Formats: sequence, structure tokens, C-alpha cells
Amino acid sequence: MPDIAIKVSKATKIFGSRTVLDAIDLDIYRGETLVILGGSGSGKSTLLRMMIGSVPIDGGDILVHGKSLCDMSRTDLNEYRKSIGVLFQSGALYNSMTIADNVALPLREHTDLPEETIELMVKIKLELVGLREHATKLPSEISGGMKKRAGLARALALDPSILFYDEPSAGLDPVTSAEIDELIIKLNKLLGVTSVVVTHEMDSAFRIADRMVLLDRGKFVASGTPEQMKKSTDPLVRQFVYGLIDGPLTERKRTGAYESDLLMDNI
Amino acid sequence: MRRFSPVTVLGSFSVAVIEFLGSLGLLLKETSLMIQPALFTGRGKRLGWRNLWFQMVRVGVKSIGIVSLVVFCIGAILSLQMEPILRQYSATDKIADIIGVAMFRELGPLVAAITLTGFAGASIAAELGTMQVSEEIEALESQAISPVRFLVVPRVLATTVMMVCLAIVADLMGVLGGLFVSTSILGISAESYLRATFSAVEMKDFLGGLFKAAVFGCVLSLIACHLGMTVKGGAEGVGTATTKTVVYTIVALTFIDLGFTATFYYLGL
Ligand SMILES: Nc1ncnc2c1ncn2[C@@H]1O[C@H](COP(=O)(O)OP(=O)(O)O)[C@@H](O)[C@H]1O
Ligand SMILES: [Mg+2]
Repeated sequence: MPDIAIKVSKATKIFGSRTVLDAIDLDIYRGETLVILGGSGSGKSTLLRMMIGSVPIDGGDILVHGKSLCDMSRTDLNEYRKSIGVLFQSGALYNSMTIADNVALPLREHTDLPEETIELMVKIKLELVGLREHATKLPSEISGGMKKRAGLARALALDPSILFYDEPSAGLDPVTSAEIDELIIKLNKLLGVTSVVVTHEMDSAFRIADRMVLLDRGKFVASGTPEQMKKSTDPLVRQFVYGLIDGPLTERKRTGAYESDLLMDNI
Repeated sequence: MRRFSPVTVLGSFSVAVIEFLGSLGLLLKETSLMIQPALFTGRGKRLGWRNLWFQMVRVGVKSIGIVSLVVFCIGAILSLQMEPILRQYSATDKIADIIGVAMFRELGPLVAAITLTGFAGASIAAELGTMQVSEEIEALESQAISPVRFLVVPRVLATTVMMVCLAIVADLMGVLGGLFVSTSILGISAESYLRATFSAVEMKDFLGGLFKAAVFGCVLSLIACHLGMTVKGGAEGVGTATTKTVVYTIVALTFIDLGFTATFYYLGL
């Protein structure tokens, strides 16, 4: 029985009158790369934000290394946050600081290490993502792919045990996107971290995943290894995996959305 | 179907105002609790003082010129406006007294604060709003770095301190504006103008004005930080937050000033 790093149990999220996540269960094993698939607006980012403790959980619970996120005090939560790394959808670099300062910030804030040591560590992290020559540049001076790498170097600053990625290949060209995927695989193997990746890009998902789950209308509708997902006969999974035009997803849009559009929003 | 009756409009308006004041109060509380870890204890102080210094330069130094110019002109305008009226009572020598008291008690701090609202308030709101939209604030939180400690404390402290400094500059420039018009146009000697100013303005006027300035600085930066950090809806939201900051701050400053003036009046200060 492998170790469980994160256990999502009956986690629920409600925005206004809309249940975005409906009592979902998910086990993430230590050292694996788990990909969470789902269409735009299906609640992937929300689930990720709940797992990093930045969005409150409305029902159920999430356990990280056996500890409940709901019961954590602010101090505990901060300790947990120091043990994870997050790569945000837009990179979320601090735009007023150089790449090196971005990576150094968590070290300066959370350790008493002298500046020389911090500089050394920053160089190591930047080398790991292939950005050492660009250390003194500002985020506005580098490309989208490089921003993601820099964000990743920053996420690695405190040697996290879990890495979260929100749409790592969004907005990148196929080649750069493949490079980022390689980096995700490399870090997973090299550092032995647990990786949780949210994406809707199937090519990328199949490249990096040990296991994948598909989120739809607040529930996980399928899960399995990339092989199992490819062979699935479920029409919804097939439509999502192969990007088909005909299937339950488009069917739903054609009928349901129009009615609710007409009836709901004008009351 | 929504219906707007005067009662619902008034009700929802009051609720919005109370909500806004409540969140400002919470932010103020959290900011004051975070001053210590940001500057004196803990690891935050490694960058805390540098951030504070940077914000002081950004907020204060760049606005000195504009504040000086605006207040100088107001001093000049006041003396030109008053002269015909005071001449009827052969009291033109009172111009210096009136301008001195008005500047130190009221106009210096208020005009400096309003200028700083456009200058620093709007730019803080736009800056933090952009950080919110680009997930930078969330990134700070995800790395266990408190945005209030890291972003709000230096901005609020810097604005409060620089607001006091600017008020001193504004007081002096206002008096200089009056002096300039009085000596060059109205034929009052510089010596008698300055003597009248110093005898009319008391220490409590000066210190009361500076205290007001500190409160203005604190309030204007809190409003800017709060509206900036709660931006929703992308670039458009940042624009709205910036406008709101300027409008809300000017309304708030006016009300606070009214409160101060009324209090001082009843206390006989
Ligand atoms: N803070 C929020 N307030 C209200 N609704 C939200 C909020 N965050 C997300 N949502 C809604 O929740 C749904 C899921 O959003 P999200 O998790 O960002 O989706 P995804 O990342 O899968 O595209 C969307 O319909 C979105 O509008
Ligand atoms: Mg998303």
C-alpha cells in the first residue's frame, strides 16, 4: 500500500448557489504525478487552491500527510505552505523584482541563511530549470515559457515535497510546452516530489501522468492510468481524451445551456 | 425582477458603507499587528526596512514638487481674494494671520492629502490591483509570506510618515504664497507679514495639523491597499479600483476633517 500524500475526502465548494465541487474523493500518492483533467470552468483551479489552503473548504476535508487543512491554525498552515511549491497559471512572478530576487524571496523570508548562501542556492535552482544566464532580468524581459520556468524555480526554493502546477502549458507553443513537460518529469524523478498537475491539454497530460482523473460538473467521472483512459469506452471520457466534436459535452451545451440562459438569468 | 424603492436603495447603501468601513478596520488591525514582525522581530525585517524606505521615496519625494506648487498657489489666491474685503475694514494686515492659521490648521494637511490621494493612493491601488489580477498576491500567500506584512505595512507606514512631512512643507509653502502676493502686489512688508504669521499661529495649531495629516495618510493608504488587494475582474477591475480609491478617499478625508474640526471646536482647541 503506497503512502498517501494528500487525501481529499468529500470536499465540497460552493460559490453562491453553484456547487462547483460536489463531495469529491481523491487520494494522491507520495512521489506520483497525478493529472487532474477537466474543461474550462470545471473547478480544477478551485480544487488546487483548496489543496494549497488558499480557498476555504465548504464541506468535507483535505488531509495532507495526515493533517486536516480545516483544523490547521494559521501557523500550521504557514508551515504546510513552506513545504509545498505552486506554479500558478500565469507564472505569478513578482514583477518588480529580478528573476533571482523572485527565487531568493522565500529564502530571505523564511531562513536565516547569509546572503552568499542564498545567492548560491538561487543559482542552483535557476540552473535546474535552465535559467541561470537570465538571473538579473525582470519578468517583463523574458518570454512566457521562461516565466513558467522562473515560477518553477521559485516554487522549488524551499525544497518542497509536493509541487502543484496550474495549467503549466497554457499559453505556450507546442515545443515550449513539451519542454515544460520534460521539466516536470525531470523534477519528479530527480527530487522525488509528488506532483499535482491541473490541465486540459491532453498531449501534455499523457506525457507526464502516472495517473489521471477527469473532473466534470463537480464530480470525478473517470480515473486511471493514461493507458486505461485511452482505452475507456465511456463516451464522455472518449470525447475529452480525443477532442471529439460529437459527444455528451457538446450535447449538453446545445440543450441545457440555452434553456437556463433563457429561463434563469432573466428572473 | 428587481424593484428599487428608496428604502431598499438606502438600506443596501448603508450596508455597503458599513461593510467597507468594517473591512478597513480589519485591515488596520492586521496592519498594526504586523508592524512588529515586519520591522523589528522575525525574519521579515531582512527586507522590511528596505521596502519601507523604497515606499517612502516613492510616495513622498516625488510628490513634494506638486504639493508645494498647489499650496503656494492657494496661499496666493487666498490673499488676493481676501484683500478687498479686509480693506473695507482697514484690516489688510490680518491677511497674514488668517492665511497662517488656515494653512497650519486646515489647508496644509488637507490639500497635501488630496494631492497625495491622486499621486500615491491611485498608484498604490493600481499596483496592488495588478498584483492581485496576476496572482502575485496569491503566490505570496502560497509561500507563507503575509501580503499585509510584506505589502501593506510598508505602504501604510510610508504614506503616514511622508504625509506628516508633506504637511510641514505644505504649511510653509502656503505661507510663502501669501507672503509673495502680499509683498509684491499688496504692499505689505515681508517682516510684518512674517511677524503676524508667527504671532497668530500657535504650537497647537501646528501640531494639531500634523496629527490630522498622519490620520489622513493612514486612511488614504489603507483605502488604496484595501481596494487594490480586493480587485476582481482583470484589467478593468484595476481601473475601477483606482477610480474608487480617489473618490472614496476624498469623501473619507472630508468627513474625517469635519469630525476633527468639530471636535477641536467643542474642546476649544
Ligand atoms: N472566487 C470565486 N467566486 C465566485 N465564483 C468563482 C470563484 N472562483 C471560481 N469561481 C467559479 O468556479 C468555477 C470554476 O472555476 P475554476 O476553478 O477557475 O475553473 P477551471 O480552473 O477548471 O477553469 C467557474 O465557473 C468560476 O466562475
Ligand atoms: Mg483554471
